[in-house]
Parts: sequence; C-alpha cells; structure tokens
Amino acid sequence: MILTGVLLAVIGLGLVGWFAARGRARLLYSGRGSMHSMPNYHGWHMALWIIVPALIAWTAWSAIMPGLVDGVVMADPAAASLPADAMHRNAIMAEARTLAANPDAAAFNPEARTIAEPLRAATTRYGLIGALIIGIVAFAGGAFGFTRIRPDFRARTHVERAVLGLLLLASLMAILTTFGIVASLLFEAGMFFKDVSPIAFLTGTHWSPGNAIGTDIDDNFGAVPLFWGTIYIGAIIAMVVAIPLGLMSAIFLTQYASHRVRRWVKPILEILAGIPTVVYGYFAALTVAPIIRDFGATLGMANPSTESALAAGLVMGVMIIPFVSSMADDALAAVPRAMSDGSLALGATKSETIKKVLLPAALPGIVAGVMLAISRAIGETMIVVMAAGAAARLSANPFASMTTVTYQIVQMLTGDQEFNSPKTLSAFALGLVLFIVTLVLNIIALRVVKKFREAYD
Amino acid sequence: MNETKLTARNVDVFYGPKKAIDNVSIDIDNGIVTAFIGPSGCGKSTFLRSLNRMNDTIADARVTGEILLDGEDIYAASMDPVALRARVGMVFQKPNPFPKTIYENIAYGPRIHGLAENKADMDAVVESALTKAGLWEEVKDRLTDAGTALSGGQQQRLCIARAIAVSPEVILMDEPCSALDPIATAKIEELIDELKENYAIVIVTHSMQQAARVSQRTAFFHLGNLVEYGETSDIFTNPREEKTKDYITGRYG
Repeated sequence: MILTGVLLAVIGLGLVGWFAARGRARLLYSGRGSMHSMPNYHGWHMALWIIVPALIAWTAWSAIMPGLVDGVVMADPAAASLPADAMHRNAIMAEARTLAANPDAAAFNPEARTIAEPLRAATTRYGLIGALIIGIVAFAGGAFGFTRIRPDFRARTHVERAVLGLLLLASLMAILTTFGIVASLLFEAGMFFKDVSPIAFLTGTHWSPGNAIGTDIDDNFGAVPLFWGTIYIGAIIAMVVAIPLGLMSAIFLTQYASHRVRRWVKPILEILAGIPTVVYGYFAALTVAPIIRDFGATLGMANPSTESALAAGLVMGVMIIPFVSSMADDALAAVPRAMSDGSLALGATKSETIKKVLLPAALPGIVAGVMLAISRAIGETMIVVMAAGAAARLSANPFASMTTVTYQIVQMLTGDQEFNSPKTLSAFALGLVLFIVTLVLNIIALRVVKKFREAYD
Repeated sequence: MNETKLTARNVDVFYGPKKAIDNVSIDIDNGIVTAFIGPSGCGKSTFLRSLNRMNDTIADARVTGEILLDGEDIYAASMDPVALRARVGMVFQKPNPFPKTIYENIAYGPRIHGLAENKADMDAVVESALTKAGLWEEVKDRLTDAGTALSGGQQQRLCIARAIAVSPEVILMDEPCSALDPIATAKIEELIDELKENYAIVIVTHSMQQAARVSQRTAFFHLGNLVEYGETSDIFTNPREEKTKDYITGRYG
C-alpha cells in the first residue's frame, strides 16, 4: 500500500522537477544561441534524474521487502505455532496477508489471525523504510540533475540518449519475453521428459494421459494422434480450402478486378481476417459441424460424430483465405510489370501470361505465404476446441472427430492442475513441439521471401 | 522502293483526359529502321506502344484515329490484339527476360503460338532466333542457365531473340540501349542493322547519335506532335523545321 503511494509520489516529484528545472533554465536563457539545450530539455533531464533512479530503487525494494517482512514475522513468538511444512505454512501466510490488508476478511486457519498483527506491523515498518530510501534516492537524483542546469550543459543529448535507451528496451521486451517463454517451455518439458521417454512421446500412437499411472506411463503419452490431427486439420483440410481460394482471389484482385471492385473486395477480405477466431469457432461448431454430420449420414455412415475434422478444417481454411490471398497478392504485385509486358508483347494472352510468367515468378512468395498460413493454422486453437472434438484418433476419415496439439494443451491447463503430474506437464512438451514446428516454418518462409525480394531488386 | 508496312492517320492518344499524342500521321516502311527522337515526355514511347496496342494494358489509355498494318486497321473490332502482338513484336527499355532458362525464354512465344511441332522443331527455332540475335555462340553451351544470369547486353539480345522467335513482321524497340554500356550498345546497333533486311524496325531513342547511326528515317516528336519526318540524313543535316534544328543542335532536350 505504502509503496503504491510512493510510486505516485515519485512521479509527482518528477513533474515538479520538470517545472522547476525548466523554470530555472528559462531564467538562464537569454536569446537564441545562449544555451546549448532548450529549457524543455532541461526539464526532461531533471525529471529523468528524479524518476529513473527512484524507480530502480522502488523495484528493488518491492522485490526484497516480502522476504524481510516474512523473516520478521517468522521470528515473532506468534509464529511459533505455525506448522512446519512449507505448503501449509505458505497458505497461512497468504491468508494472513489478506487479513493484514483487510481485518474483516475470512480466514480458515486460526493461526492466520494470530500472525496478522505482527505481519501488518512489519509491513508498515518496512514500507516506511522503503519510502524513505526511495525518497532519498529521488531527491538525490533531483538535486544532482538541478545542479547540472547550466547554459553549456548538453541536456538535449542526454535526454535523447535516454529516449534511445527506452526505445531499445521496448524492442528488447518482446524478444526477452520470447526467451522467457522458451525457457519455461524447455524447463517444464524437461520435467515431463523425466517421466516420459521422448521417443515414446514422439512415436507412440496411444494418447490417454488420464490413464497414465504406474509403469505403463510411456504407453499413454504417444502424441502421434495429436500431431496427425493437427496436420490433418490445419495443414491438409484447411489448406485444400485456403490455397486454391486464396490464390484465385489474389489472381482476380491483382489481374482482373477493376479498380472499383478491388477497392471494395480487398478491404472486405481484410475484415474477414479480423474476425475473432472464437466467432469462427462457434460458426464451425453450430453451423458447419451439423451440416457435415448430416452429410455424413446421407453418405451412409453409422453414427457420424457432430464434431469432425472436416468441420474444423473447412472453417479454418476459410479463416486462412484472406491470409493466403494477401500474401499471394503481395507476391504477384512484386513481379515487375516488365515481365507481363514482355509476355503480352509476344502475343501471349492475359491468362497465358498469368499462368506461365506471373505465377512461376511469384511462386516463392506464394509458397512462403502458404507456409506462414500453415504455421498459423496448426497453432489455431478456438476452432478445434469447439469443432474438432477430443478423441485422439489416427484416422483419415474427415468425418471422424479428432484432436489437435492445441486442443490438448487447453485440456491439460484448464481447471485443476498439478504441476508435478506428467499429465499437466505434457502440455509443455506439446507446446514445445508446436513452437519448434511453427518456428521452423516461419524461418524458412521468411528466408524464401527475402531471397525472392532480392531477385527483383 | 520499300513498301509501306504501317500507316498511322490522325492518331490521338489520351491518358484519361490528358492528350499525349496529337494528330500524328506517319508511314513506316518495310526493310528499314525508323527512329523516333524527341525530348523526354514528347510522346514517342506512347506512340510506339500504340502501334502494337500495348497501350491497351493501361487502364485509362485511349487511341483514336487509324493505324493500319498492311492496310488492315489494327484497332478494328475484328483485330485480335493478341494476334497483332505476335506480328508486331516489342523490345523494352530495360531487358526483361523471364525468370526461366535461356532456352525457355526463347521457346515461350513459339510454344504459345504453336510454331513448333516437336522438340527438334523447337530446338531449331531456338537456335535460329539466338543466331539471328547474335547470341548463339555465347550461350549455346548453357541454354539451361537462367536468362537473368546473363549480362545486361546479353539479356537485351535475348529479349530481341525472344521477339524474333515468333516471326514478327515489325519489331518495335523502346530505347533498347538505355540501360546498356557502350560496348553492349554497339552490339545491339550492329544487330539492328542486320535485322532490318527482314523486318520493319521502329526504334525510340534518346541518343541522336544512335538515331543517326542506325536509322534510315527519323521522326522528331515534340509535345505530342510529330514535328518532322524524313530521311535521317536530311533531318540531321538539313532540318526543315526550326524546332528540329534546335533539338538536334542540342539547344534543348
């Protein structure tokens, strides 16, 4: 609580510092050329010197304070009655924290109430100490910044360097997060592979994590049916829909459509790409799946399932069309006009030109687009959750219900989880496989696109 | 002496509302090289592109007046622009070989028009076109290399060979040497000189020296008008019009 207030106070102090420094700089300013930096920059320089060191102190203190508080509470006589095992003790501590913040809250463990008071006292004490430290840092920073306000001081250079640092930090953020994700995936997947052999996982054909107990654990974590379901739905059925339709729409839009038609159709296609996947999901589950089931019945299938690979794959294909279309559109548009002119000038018709010159020339770009589309399709979750089913089945029958990697990850990580059971941990192994596959697809696709661009530059 | 191959009568070309060519009438003869010269934006390329209806590919371009190929109106409804372009070939400013092999670049046109019955026929067509374009000796051992792997001058001769391969009657060249170095340019000019025996050749050029070197007739365009048209030697030594004289003596352009 105190620390939140301190944070606001630091920002307020920064604001005050900004005005103070700018005011002082204005007094020194005596016309054009009299100072290296304009007063605003001195303001920003001062504000940065107040806020940045204080923020660092604040972050550091927020990180170490809970440990200090816990230490004090544990040393308190009231804590002597706490049970020794860590899990139970942590639960009581958590309740005590709630009580310390709000005395009216309910608590299951009576011990929580006894330690709530020392906990509150320790929190307040350390909060105040932290506030004092942060305040000193802020004032020291501010004072240092203020003394540097001189006509020849290059405040602008310093501020611009700080902004540069900020921009760099922003761009690193996504990368660092990715590293974090990879690290956690690797760690948890490693835990999983301690229990289950990677070979059994990657080559086994039986998937029923619920039955996995005791010695036959390897036999129940064969992920091949999931990989098959993912590939069948995302890379086969969806692409059978998306590639021809996307390609044809791109050919129409770039080669045949009049300017007016293109102006209408292209944005509509792009809107299609903006529909939330969950909406596609219930379209698949509620509209397409029953039609497919009835169709299966008319084909004479016994008990066709409502959830089917076909329903999920078809809708996913439709979802991917704008993606394929816009990649193919870019690839076709990147072929120089001189190519088609050359062909037309030889007496080739427009369609001959498209088939024999434009498409071959644009092929690498189109292939790359398709690979990106596949990597999107196999990572797609909502549609398969709603329409593909949960049955891990190795089947080529499109009317059968099937499951995918993403669906199983959702299954394992929703509801109650135990992070020491291979069942939950299998989600991370699956995630790791998915991550590697999509990463490889993306890298290849980007390389192809890059090479293709070079060819025409 | 030479019969007239192409005749333009009162031709206007519009890009949208803008008139790019104004009332041009000209006769282009077989067996000689006709050069179109003039400052940038004078409409010489536009006029050239209207001779094989390449302007059709530009959405708001419009041609009025009459252009006759062997007495036949090329803008008549009965004229198929695709068939016309097989008779009136074109070579562009920048070499634009297809991203295919050298062989396939040449075979492309004949295949579309069904000019070869079998592989042996096609080989003969390819060899003959490359030979006429003076490229055969240089590429005969690497016909399966990419056309884009050749040097700029070779690429342009490949494009000329590609145009020749469909046996056109007229070859239009739109500044064919502007992207080439002097040595490659000299080779192309030599080639044009040889080719004129069998085709009517029209060349648009920025270089007056080139027009003087390769052409027998020269047309001078200015601001969409055909200012003067006549024997190349007359145009360069004894122009009738003041504007032509100013241009060829380098007073503007």
